[in-house]
Amino acid sequence: MGSDLSNGNVLECSDIRKTFGDFVAVDGVGFHIGAGETYGLLGPNGAGKTTTISIIAGLLERDGGTVLIAGEAMDPEATAAKRHVGLVPQDLAIYPDLDARENLRFFGRLYGLRGSELDHRVDEVLDIIELRDRANDRSDEYSGGMKRRLNIGIGLLHHPTLLILDEPTVGVDPQSRNAILESVERLGEEGMAVLYTTHYMEEAERLCDRIGIIDHGTIKAEGTQRDLVQLVGQRDRVRLVATGNLAAGSAALGELPGIDDAAVTAQGIDLIVENAHDELPEILSVASRTGVSVGGVDVDTANLEAVFLHLTGRALRE
Amino acid sequence: METAWTIATKDLKERLRDRSAYIVGIVAPLAMALIFGFALNPLKNYEFSATYAVVDLDQSEVSRLFIDDVLRAAPGVEVLQLATTEEGMALVDKEVNPFAEPEGTSADALFIIPPEFGTDVQSEREVELQVVGNQSAQSNAGIAVALARGYAGELTSVRVTVATIETLLQKEVDRFSTGLAVLSTPYPATLTDVTADTKQLDGTTFYAAGMAIFFLFFTVQFGITSLLEERHNGTLARLLAAPISKSSILAGKAISAFLIGIVSVAVLMVTTTLVLEADWGNPLGVALLVLAAVISAMGIVALVSSYSRTAEQAATMASMAGVILGFLGGTFFDVAQAGGLIASLRFVSPHAWFMQGLADLSAGDLGVVFLPVVVMLAFGLVTGSVGLVGLRRGMRP
Ligand SMILES: Nc1ncnc2c1ncn2[C@@H]1O[C@H](COP(=O)(O)OP(=O)(O)OP(=O)(O)O)[C@@H](O)[C@H]1O
Ligand SMILES: [Mg+2]
Repeated sequence: MGSDLSNGNVLECSDIRKTFGDFVAVDGVGFHIGAGETYGLLGPNGAGKTTTISIIAGLLERDGGTVLIAGEAMDPEATAAKRHVGLVPQDLAIYPDLDARENLRFFGRLYGLRGSELDHRVDEVLDIIELRDRANDRSDEYSGGMKRRLNIGIGLLHHPTLLILDEPTVGVDPQSRNAILESVERLGEEGMAVLYTTHYMEEAERLCDRIGIIDHGTIKAEGTQRDLVQLVGQRDRVRLVATGNLAAGSAALGELPGIDDAAVTAQGIDLIVENAHDELPEILSVASRTGVSVGGVDVDTANLEAVFLHLTGRALRE
Repeated sequence: METAWTIATKDLKERLRDRSAYIVGIVAPLAMALIFGFALNPLKNYEFSATYAVVDLDQSEVSRLFIDDVLRAAPGVEVLQLATTEEGMALVDKEVNPFAEPEGTSADALFIIPPEFGTDVQSEREVELQVVGNQSAQSNAGIAVALARGYAGELTSVRVTVATIETLLQKEVDRFSTGLAVLSTPYPATLTDVTADTKQLDGTTFYAAGMAIFFLFFTVQFGITSLLEERHNGTLARLLAAPISKSSILAGKAISAFLIGIVSVAVLMVTTTLVLEADWGNPLGVALLVLAAVISAMGIVALVSSYSRTAEQAATMASMAGVILGFLGGTFFDVAQAGGLIASLRFVSPHAWFMQGLADLSAGDLGVVFLPVVVMLAFGLVTGSVGLVGLRRGMRP
């Protein structure tokens, strides 16, 4: 899809609002996604993820705000903007009476694919979602995981500039789930911009370059995982399993700029650090210089669960 | 438009894999038409024949016309004229004369023409024509009653005709001779035409046509309620996310509903023509009527669906509408024959217009379908546009 990204952003949205009757479902959401970036919307049930996505994909009228996809204004009648978007709805959206190939071909045609281009792309997607050998079976005969994969495949067909996945792993067995996450990672690496919603912290941590934490229809905080963790003062914990001059080592490590606290324990030294990933080489070299022999390292990275709890006062999964 | 075809093709493919579509669209109406058809005409090549006795106590010009031009003119009817009522009764009532002349000389029914018959017909007085049926020939006796009723119906038209001519000419005409002139015009050849007081289809075609339009209101549902099914499937979200207009989605649904409707009626028409020798009439006239009927069914189903949240709800409501309109419109029994309020009320139903259109077409030329076609199209377009606005507004994921 040719697109004119003057400022490099595939998606720009700001101040999106949506009410259902008196209920405010989305209350001023705004963010942007650059080319090749994977952005996660992390929030609990009812946070407003699906509503936000429905507005971005042009399914729903909004009550306020702007949405630009690859520079084109999006609204329910905006066919130009819709060409850039691939949508994977939260609920399965496939025709049970049709087989995988027929499902893919139908939606491919709606996006303007024809002839050999369509044939070729359908085969490609069948390979990606690993359904080639079942392509001619009715999709209501598929397992749950297979249906989920087909659901994702349909969204990929037309090489969208922005792929939107709404909780694609809900109710999926661990094996299929891993396959799905791997495909999304690969697509991100290939340069597709991805908007991914989930209420699984691990998925957001694994896939997303940046994350927006959404609750009650507003984005409470946004940034890389590290940004978010630091925002709320979360620290990593590094445990050195060590012998030798532990007291001297602990004192020297405590002096390092990235380290907030160091203490000797029964097994070795415990450190509270700002960023374990960045500090670890320095920690190990200081330890060896001060006569500490390190037998093992145990790193506990601060996680989004804690961030979420801090920001919203509630856990992600209730 | 290309998008609409893509959607329609997909819908039809889904329908082809759905057994209930065949049952509702083809098997059920065909089975019903066959059952009614065979019940009505157990043997297609069976020749009607009846023997009727007549006692003419009037001996006027009018009674002679009745005997010669009504009774004798009916195909397959043999008339035995007798001098006295007693002689006549002997032919129809075995109790009176069980063993008299056992061979060939019983009658299926006896017509008794009263003495003042001719004078009564010429005046505005009640005409009484007595028919005595033979217990052992009930169906032929029934036809005798129908003949008499048909004649009575004709009498009304005689009076109407005379009255009209009077107004037009602004002067008294000779009622007697005008009346006789109309009465002595040859009777239509078939029995059904004789018995009816309106133009009517033969039984087989009547039920084939009735079932065709009755089930049409169920078959077109497959096209229109599939929009609600798309929501249930979640696929509506994908359609709305795709770079296509809402109108093309609706157009796709309309195309598939239309094609399913046309095909189911066509199959029924061909089969009943071949198997039951139904006579649908002038093909062009029939095609126009079917086309208009499909549009009216689509409009009404679209209207009903636009008030429904789910496909099941829409199907229930559309089926109720189909059943009520179907009964009212006389697809199961000819409500036109019932007379009174129901006979006029039936015209709120497109079914009635379809049946009437076919009946008129069987007796008249192509022009008679104009009114039914226009009325059915109007039904379809009015209900359809309201329905489409509602369906379009309801097109949310
Ligand atoms: N059509 C609607 N009518 C009324 N309320 C709605 C409608 N759609 C969503 N809502 C409400 O808006 C809120 C946000 O819903 P939304 O589906 O966006 O949440 P979500 O973050 O996707 O949740 P989940 O993780 O459960 O999918 C919920 O309280 C929901 O009940
Ligand atoms: Mg959701």
